[in-house]
Amino acid sequence: MGQQRITRAECAHVAALARLELTDEELERFAAQLDELLDHVAEVEALDVEGLAPTMHALPIANVLRPDVPGEVLDRDEVMAAAPLAEDGQFRVPPVLGEAP
Amino acid sequence: MSTGILGVPGLGAPADTEWETVVGLEVHAELATETKLFSASPNRFGGEPNTHIDPVSLGLPGSLPVLNQKAVELAVRVGLALDCRIQRSVFARKNYFYPDMPKDFQISQYDEPINTDGWLELPSGKRIGIERAHLEEDTGKTVHIGGGGRIHEAGYSLVDYNRAGVPLIEIVSRPELRSASEARQYVAELRAILVAVGASDGKMEEGSLRVDCNVSVRPRGSDRLGARCEIKNVNSLRSLGRAIEYEARRQIDLLSSGQPVEQQTRHWNEDDGRTHALRSKEQDYDYRYFPEPDLLPLDPSAKWVEQIRRGLPALPRDRRLRLAEAAPSVDAGHIALAVECSLDELALAAMSGGAVPERVLTHVVHNLAGGPGQLAAEALADLVQMEEAGELTATQAKKVLAVLVDEGGTPRQAARELGFEAMDAGELEALVDGLIAENPDEWSRWCGGEAKLAGFFVGRAMKATGGRADGKAVTLLLNARRSCESGSA
Repeated sequence: MGQQRITRAECAHVAALARLELTDEELERFAAQLDELLDHVAEVEALDVEGLAPTMHALPIANVLRPDVPGEVLDRDEVMAAAPLAEDGQFRVPPVLGEAP
Repeated sequence: MSTGILGVPGLGAPADTEWETVVGLEVHAELATETKLFSASPNRFGGEPNTHIDPVSLGLPGSLPVLNQKAVELAVRVGLALDCRIQRSVFARKNYFYPDMPKDFQISQYDEPINTDGWLELPSGKRIGIERAHLEEDTGKTVHIGGGGRIHEAGYSLVDYNRAGVPLIEIVSRPELRSASEARQYVAELRAILVAVGASDGKMEEGSLRVDCNVSVRPRGSDRLGARCEIKNVNSLRSLGRAIEYEARRQIDLLSSGQPVEQQTRHWNEDDGRTHALRSKEQDYDYRYFPEPDLLPLDPSAKWVEQIRRGLPALPRDRRLRLAEAAPSVDAGHIALAVECSLDELALAAMSGGAVPERVLTHVVHNLAGGPGQLAAEALADLVQMEEAGELTATQAKKVLAVLVDEGGTPRQAARELGFEAMDAGELEALVDGLIAENPDEWSRWCGGEAKLAGFFVGRAMKATGGRADGKAVTLLLNARRSCESGSA
């Protein structure tokens, strides 16, 4: 294998974005695996796609729409009973600091 | 540094002529559908928390989104009204962790939005480019509950998902606005368009229209964009103007003293009138967009788009032109206001009945702010004609109008009920002669050329009749009496 394109630091960054806690050994292993994925992408990139329309979705259909008609809503008490913590009909969560992204 | 009008250094100081402000706006508008973007829960403002929820809005495992046809139609209407290209689009996942989105991603459109490349014309005639107008889902609402006053207790948050999944259209302008005032005009015009095409109720106070602004400054004459800051939490047109003015001044002060502007997201604080940086760590977003596998591409047919185009109502710009044509002598501000308040149809109908445009527009702009109520166009036309004929004074006409708005009916009847029968000529003459006799000193001074004393006599006439006298008729009579006197002298 040539020079590794996905570094350990990049692997750690992606893991942090996904809120995954990885050990040193896992970081090494997954960095190498992500690197192999790039090899696969390189193979796809090498194909001649001249004149081919890009595929946006695996299914060759578009415009699956539903009419704007109200349907059933969930029973709030039932939903709240399933929540880890609830208060006044709302989900209670750890303090949210700062702005929504 | 000078202290400006708002007690904030620099604010209120005259615009710095060496610098140019550059503004681009991102406007989010909630679409006026019955249901959410991807599920059948009601899209309704207010309501008890978590009563407009379903498995999709809660992101429950196994739930799948299905796109709302009406939301697409409204997005196309907006695209057409802004002269955008309507194109094939795909939805994408914007990934982030925050409790306002229980799926841990928001479904939005990313590199292939439904509408691109349009423009909006400001009332001044200047065109502002629209980069895109795409569909996405709204998020839930979080409320922070304090920690009982103790600093070490961080408190907690409560989440309501009624708004999660409500359809939004995000309209992104090009950075072509050049002042706080232009930005306000842009949002006012965009809101008028959204309301006119039925896409949104445009209520900033209920959060159905939200504005984020990107502000930068550059030396006047430069064609390069400076580092920009994104301002969030702007909740009214007024705060939009204030936030942009504050932020531009802050950046000019930094650059003038040789410091760089750091590209960042800032939060507008209405109370202290300043923008504040968010902690930089929170700004380091990486959303890892990828195509939403649970939704299919959207590709409105040319036929459908054409059908929607034919159903579009007249846009505010066209309505202003039409009203201005019918009332050429009326001030452009009054024309714009009449259209903004959706009173242009009423005004046109009254004018087509022969009513004088200036008087009609004066009533529309000054006396119908609360809406026309029960007022019929014909009644407005009659009222204006009674005024024109001197049967009603301006003060009386205003009172009659208030009755017509509340109760409907004809102005003649309302005037009778209010006791506003016009004074007949004899009664008016007796009144004026009486006033002359009672105030000989003022009379001779007025005859001697003290012009402002005309107001004294008109005022007395009004007082004596409780406003029934027509000021113009009184003035005419006074003039007639004076020329009689000078003729006989």
